[in-house]
Amino acid sequence: MAAGPATSSEYIKHHLTNLTFGQHADGHWGFAHSMGEAAEMGFWAINVDSMLFSIGLGALFMWGFRKAASTATAGVPGGWQNFVEWVIEFIDESVRGSFSGQSRLVAPLALTIFVWVFLMNFMDLIAVDLLPTLAGLAGVHFLKIVPSTDPNITFGLSLTVFLLVLFYSIKFKGVGGFLGELAFQPFPKWLAPINLILEGVNLISKPVSLSLRLFGNMYAGEMIFILIALMYSGGMVLGTFGGLLQLGWAIFHILIITLQAFIFMTLTIVYLDMACQEHH
Amino acid sequence: MNFNATLIGQMISFAVFIWFCMRFVWPPITQALTTRKEKIAEGLAAADRGRQEQELAQKAALEKLHEAKQQAAEIIQRAEKRAAEIVDAAKDDAREEGERLMAAARAEIEQEVNRAREALRGQVVEIATAGAARILKRELDATANDELIKDLVAQI
Repeated sequence: MAAGPATSSEYIKHHLTNLTFGQHADGHWGFAHSMGEAAEMGFWAINVDSMLFSIGLGALFMWGFRKAASTATAGVPGGWQNFVEWVIEFIDESVRGSFSGQSRLVAPLALTIFVWVFLMNFMDLIAVDLLPTLAGLAGVHFLKIVPSTDPNITFGLSLTVFLLVLFYSIKFKGVGGFLGELAFQPFPKWLAPINLILEGVNLISKPVSLSLRLFGNMYAGEMIFILIALMYSGGMVLGTFGGLLQLGWAIFHILIITLQAFIFMTLTIVYLDMACQEHH
Repeated sequence: MNFNATLIGQMISFAVFIWFCMRFVWPPITQALTTRKEKIAEGLAAADRGRQEQELAQKAALEKLHEAKQQAAEIIQRAEKRAAEIVDAAKDDAREEGERLMAAARAEIEQEVNRAREALRGQVVEIATAGAARILKRELDATANDELIKDLVAQI
């Protein structure tokens, strides 16, 4: 395995496989050695690489920001504190602009989403073969270093947001008010079933679109990096051209990863704002 | 590409990160920002106050200067007046002194004149007596005729 896959389809497949730990079909616990084995492990398996990178990046973010927060002074800020304050003011402005209610949770939530998602997306810009090759040398078969190309990660984020939306809806409107909003609009009350279907779809589509948008963008971006990387095996000229393409796509991708983090954050704020507001 | 417990792990870690951020990251920094905002507002207000005070002080200084100038002018005026007075007084004194001296001189002259006249009178009496004696060619009692001669002389 460490020698690397031979054909391009194997190369691509290898890059798209998570390092999954779970129970094999024969009953013993261990890492999956192929996509098929990973699928057989069912729900009670875990993508070790996604989890490690996601938590690691989150911890890095928390550590860095906590450092600035614990030494924060009202006097002249240092370089790092200045940067952190800039980010926080940016988030604070976004939240003020979109969220009309009063909540101590929404702004820190938005900050967490923006920075964490940005960092996870940022892993996409690290040369696509670098870390997996190093890991291969260390004896790890699979390594997907971009957590946001794992739907588990993006759904984990969006489902948490969804739970918060439900919590806020019930907190501000009560169970009756929330169910009433689902059943009694947009059509008159006697069309409640149709209303329920419409509003139900509307409600469920929020976390699904939130996570699939991020996942789709990052997955596609990663895929293009992998495809361009295939050119390296095509000789000197094609390899050089591939290198230039990698560079161009990476520069363009900086825009995408920032934009996706921002969209995820903004939509979260908007959904929570909708949850807090009375429609009628 | 299959869903597994990673989903739950991610949800838990997300919740922990949100909690941490809400508890330890967001409040201190926004607190620092608010404090700084207040400090800056205070500083600006203080600067405004300072500027106003400076303007007032400048105005006061100008007034003081004006007053001082006026006072100085008054003092000079008074001094000039006093000088003129002193000069006038000196002139008066001088004139008086001159007059006094002149009067004294005049009195002395008069005295001298009188004295001279007396002397002259005496001599005239003697001359007259001598003359009369010669004319009469006889010796007269000087004392008996003195009265007569004196009356004569006083009529001169």
